[in-house]
Formats: sequence, structure tokens, C-alpha cells
Amino acid sequence: MKKATIQLEALACPSCMQKIESAVKSLEGVDKESVKVLFNSSKVKLDFDNEKLSIETIENAISILGYEVKKTQVKDL
Amino acid sequence: MQKLQRFVLTKKNPIALISAILIIVAFTGKLAFKNVEIFTWSLIIASILGIAPIAIQAYQALRVKVVSIDVLVTIAVTGAFLISNYEEAAIVTFLFLFGAYLEQRTLNKTRSAIKELTEIAPQSALKQMENGEFEEVEVDEVDVGDILLVKTGAMIPVDGTVLTGEGHINEASITGESVPVSKKKDAQVYAGTILENGTIQIVADRVGEDTTFGKIIELVEEAQDSKSEAERFIDRFSKYYTPAVLVFAFFVWLFSRDIELAITILVLGCPGALVIGVPVSNVAGIGNGARHGVLLKGSEVIHDFSKVDAVIFDKTGTLTIGNPKVADTEFYTNDTEGVLAYLASVESESDHPLAKAVVEYIGDTEFYTVENTDVVKGGGIVAQVDGHRVVVGNVALMEQENIPLNEKVREDIARFEQKGNSLVLTAIDGELKVIMGIRDQIRPGVKEDLQKLKRLGVKNLIVLSGDNQGTVDLVANELGLTEAHGHMLPEDKAAYIADLQAKGQIVAFVGDGVNDSPSLALANIGIAMGSGTDVAIETSDVVLMNSDFSRLTHALGLTKATARNMRQNIVIAVGVVIILLSGLFFSDWVNMSIGMLAHEASILVVILNGMRLLGYKLR
Repeated sequence: MKKATIQLEALACPSCMQKIESAVKSLEGVDKESVKVLFNSSKVKLDFDNEKLSIETIENAISILGYEVKKTQVKDL
Repeated sequence: MQKLQRFVLTKKNPIALISAILIIVAFTGKLAFKNVEIFTWSLIIASILGIAPIAIQAYQALRVKVVSIDVLVTIAVTGAFLISNYEEAAIVTFLFLFGAYLEQRTLNKTRSAIKELTEIAPQSALKQMENGEFEEVEVDEVDVGDILLVKTGAMIPVDGTVLTGEGHINEASITGESVPVSKKKDAQVYAGTILENGTIQIVADRVGEDTTFGKIIELVEEAQDSKSEAERFIDRFSKYYTPAVLVFAFFVWLFSRDIELAITILVLGCPGALVIGVPVSNVAGIGNGARHGVLLKGSEVIHDFSKVDAVIFDKTGTLTIGNPKVADTEFYTNDTEGVLAYLASVESESDHPLAKAVVEYIGDTEFYTVENTDVVKGGGIVAQVDGHRVVVGNVALMEQENIPLNEKVREDIARFEQKGNSLVLTAIDGELKVIMGIRDQIRPGVKEDLQKLKRLGVKNLIVLSGDNQGTVDLVANELGLTEAHGHMLPEDKAAYIADLQAKGQIVAFVGDGVNDSPSLALANIGIAMGSGTDVAIETSDVVLMNSDFSRLTHALGLTKATARNMRQNIVIAVGVVIILLSGLFFSDWVNMSIGMLAHEASILVVILNGMRLLGYKLR
């Protein structure tokens, strides 16, 4: 398992949070409980299983929604 | 297809601009040239362009089973299009896009205070490579155990230990204290602090988010997004509210067959200002605090602290400086110089706080060799100096050593104790030579700040201390506190807090965060003061970044202002919806464009209202 912190461009609408949260949670291999979308600091924090999916897949799921991924940090749990 | 979606979404702002131009062209065409063709076609193009990004967002939201505002607007605009009301369709999409742009701009402003904090985080470091040379690398590439070089004027990139060199470091970003601290080999240094002079090499002990500075940033970031009970309620509410508006509009259409009315309801029902109003106050309030050295751990803390009834203080180090000083002296000899030299020689061997105060008070003097030192527990020191027997300690030790204390001395002792002093008596060769009264100084400005707390509505100001009741009463009288209790152990303090809470009071506890952690944890609001240590950050709800007492009054004033600001925003948001809906049903001035205009305006009003908090200062 790895812990990722994804910095996005500034989020403006609270419904963006719901969208991003649902999109990330629907990915296989992401720990649903751990997903946290921080509205004001525009960050997504989550734990995921790096054997089931790559960090790029997660980034892609977010950027398809139209939110630019600025920086990603992945750490071992 | 995905690429097209993303392209359209990134071009929202240019699209809003083009819509605006097309709308102007349309109305010039109609009013100046009486040309209906230009009017209609310009508006049709504007509507289609404008709805594209909104529709894409609506589609994406629906895919993850969220009925967002975009869904409401898309249906409303499509409806307007179907009944050939291009004017409404174009204006509504334009207002929605332009509103989103303004929201983004103003929101960034409210977040600016916290951004400033994260942006001062160290970015690069000089790391020792395998060949022994130092090279500049990104701070993320530094691992625990790496050796780093820090030059004059640079920021310390990680928490570490000094390996070689020495210098003065400004630790204001961690402790709030801006007087530089001298650091030598083996001293701890912290990320985010600045080396003002000298050059040092350090070993990295903790990096990135594990550093004290990293933890402070993480705490503030999490705090601004933490949610109070009220906010969670609003979130749940808006989750069902938006679909409910959709269903309601559908039934209105079903029974009235009036598409115009149904789509107007869709636009009026958008919950924009309600969902954004509270987070905006929260982020601006926490941002203001971060700028002023007050870390507030989230909106729940703001809510509780704004309603506080009783503030309990630890005495030493909180109300007082925590650095005892000699305040009164009385000599019983003419040879003061000689006595002080003997006294300083004995006391300089001890690290007892009272001994330190004595040495500091005497300052520069002749020092003698001290022999046969005997430390009497709970009494003082007996030693041989320059061939004389010197006894330094309290009254009990003097009696034990059979030093005669005459009537005058007894009177002096009583007088000193009344002033709240701890006593140090010195006898040489069986004769009392001097008594010194040592006491802790009250922090400057504390009295005025306590008055401010009272004016802000705190009913009880209480001091709890391990000191004797006399000393505590003295401090309480001088400062105008409502209650004072001495002889308190940490568990007594915690029990006292629980007792007050049982009486229905909301209690804040102000302490130094180390030995008071049970009280800090138990109180409704635990306030750690005077240090940015890990323990303080973790166990408390509010951290005051340095020992400046006025930050406490700022913190209370700020939480009250923030709580008030949230209530104002809720009233504005709900008020606008009520006025619009009653306007729709009971008069005829409300249409779709006016509804959208009022909504976007109310969103901007709540954001601007929240932004006022950034400049908040206690008067």
C-alpha cells in the first residue's frame, strides 16, 4: 500500500469535491475510507494498492474531469 | 472525445468572454439596427458555446451519481432553448460562467493567507554527494541521514542536528520568537528557520511532512478543510436538495405545463451561496490566525471557543514569565561585596531555578573554590568557601543549622513572604548575613489582555497552580482574576475542569503543553502557549506560536468574528433563495436571468464577506 497526496489547481465549487471523491473511490485498488478531498488546499489524499493500479491511473481519473494535477507525492505506508 | 472535453473545460474563461461579446452584438443589432436576425443568431451561438462546458461538467457529475448545480443549469438552458427563449439561455450561461470565474478569483484571495505560509517552506538544499561535494537539490530529494550545508541567510531545509560549525538562527517560524538563538555542534535545528550568520553542516533527522514546520503546515491545511457539525449538515442537505429541486421543477411542469416557470425554478433553486458561505468564513478566519501566530484546529474549535464561559490558566510560564528573579534583598552586614561573592560561588554550582536567579542577580563578582558541598534536600546547600562555613537555603535549613533569627529578621521574612516571594537566606560562620526574596514576574500587558477577555464575554478567569495559595492569591488579586486555587497537582486541575464542565460551562485551558496535557485534552478548548513543540501541536486545539499573551485575546476575538461571519453568510444565502422564490410565486419581476444574477451576486457577497476576516484585528 502507498499513500498519495495529489495537489490540484485551485478548486472553486464544492460539487467538484463530490465529483473527484466519487471518481477516485470508484477505482479498483483505492482504499475508499482513506480518500479525502481538501477543498481549500485543493488536495486529494488517499491510500492505494500499487500492485492493482498505478498512480498515473488515479491522476488520469481526476484530470479527465477537467482538474489539472499539479504535483503528486507518493510515500510508502 | 476526452481530449475535446478537457479542451472545452480549460477554455471556460475565453468562452465567457466570447459569450459576452455575442450578447452585446445581439442587443446592439436589435436596438440600434432593428435587426432581429443578428439578435437571434448571436444569442443562439452564445447559448451553444456557453452551455458546452456546463453540460460537460453536468455529464461528468451524473456519471459519478452526483446531481450538481451544472445539471440544473444545463436542463434549464436546454428548456429555454426549446421554447425559443434564446435571450434567457444566453444570459444565464454567460452569468454562470462569469460567476464561476469571479468565484475562483475571490476564493484564491481568501486562501492567500495560508498559501503564504506554505510558500515559505524550504524548496532546495545543499546536499553532500558521494564525491564529497555539496550540490543544490530539491528539498524532496533529501533523505534522513543526508549531510547538508547551510550558509548565512539560507533557510534550514529539514529538522536536523548540527554536525560542524556554529551560527545564530532565527526560529520565528517555529517558536514565534524572533531573537536569534545560538547553535553549536549537536544542537537541534528546525526546517523553516533561518541561519542569520555563520555556516553549519547538519545531519537530516526528519524531512518533509515529518518536520515540525511540515506538521504545522499540515495542521493548518487540514484545519481549513475540517468540518463542523453544521457544515456536515449543510453538505448532507445539499446532496438531497439539488435532486429535490429537479423533482419539484418536474412536477411544476407536469401540472402547469409551463416550461418557463419550471426552468426558472431550476435556476432559482441552485444552492451556490449556502454551500460556499461557511467554508469561506472558515478558511479566511484560520488564515488570519496563521498570519498572527494563532493556529486554530478547524471550524469545530472556532465554534466552541467563540462560546467559551471560563478560561483557566496555569500560573508559571503562562501568566508569569516562568523565569524567577530576585525582587527584594535585606542585608544584616556592611560587607555586602564579600557576602555576595561567597553566595555566588556556592549558588553557581547548583542548577536549581532559585540558585540561577541569585547568580544572575549578583552578576560579575569574585568566585572562590567551593569545598565539601552538601546539598540538603528541600533545604539548600551547606559548603566550605575560603575557609568559612556557608549555609544557603530556606528558613527550615537555618533552624536546622541553629542559625539565630532575631525579631527584626522574622519581621522581614514575614514581609517578603507576603509579597509572594520564595526566600533564600545566607549565613556565614553561623551568622545570618542576607535574605533574598525571589519571585516570578507577571508578563507585561497580561492585566490589560485579561480585561479584554472579560469584555469579549468570558465570565470566569481562573488560575490553577502548584504554588502555595498565598502566591496564587497575590497574582489573582493583581490581575483581577475571578478565582485562584493553589496546591494543585495536574490531576487536581483536570478534576476541576471536569467539575466546571458538569456545571454546563464551556471551558478553555491555557497551559504550556508539556506537563498540562491531561487538562489540555480534557478542556473543551485546549490552548498551548509559548512553544511550537510536537506535543503542544498534537494535544491542543489552539496553538499560540509564542509567549505573547495578546495572541490569546486575538484568538478569542477572531473566533467570535468568524462564527458571526458564518451566521451572516447562512442568512444571506437562505435569504436570497426565500426572496427569489416568493418573488416568483407572488409577483412577476423574477425570471431566469434575474434569478441567476441574484445567485451569482449572493455567492460573491458571501465570499467578500468572508474575506473581511483576513483583515480582522482586535480593537
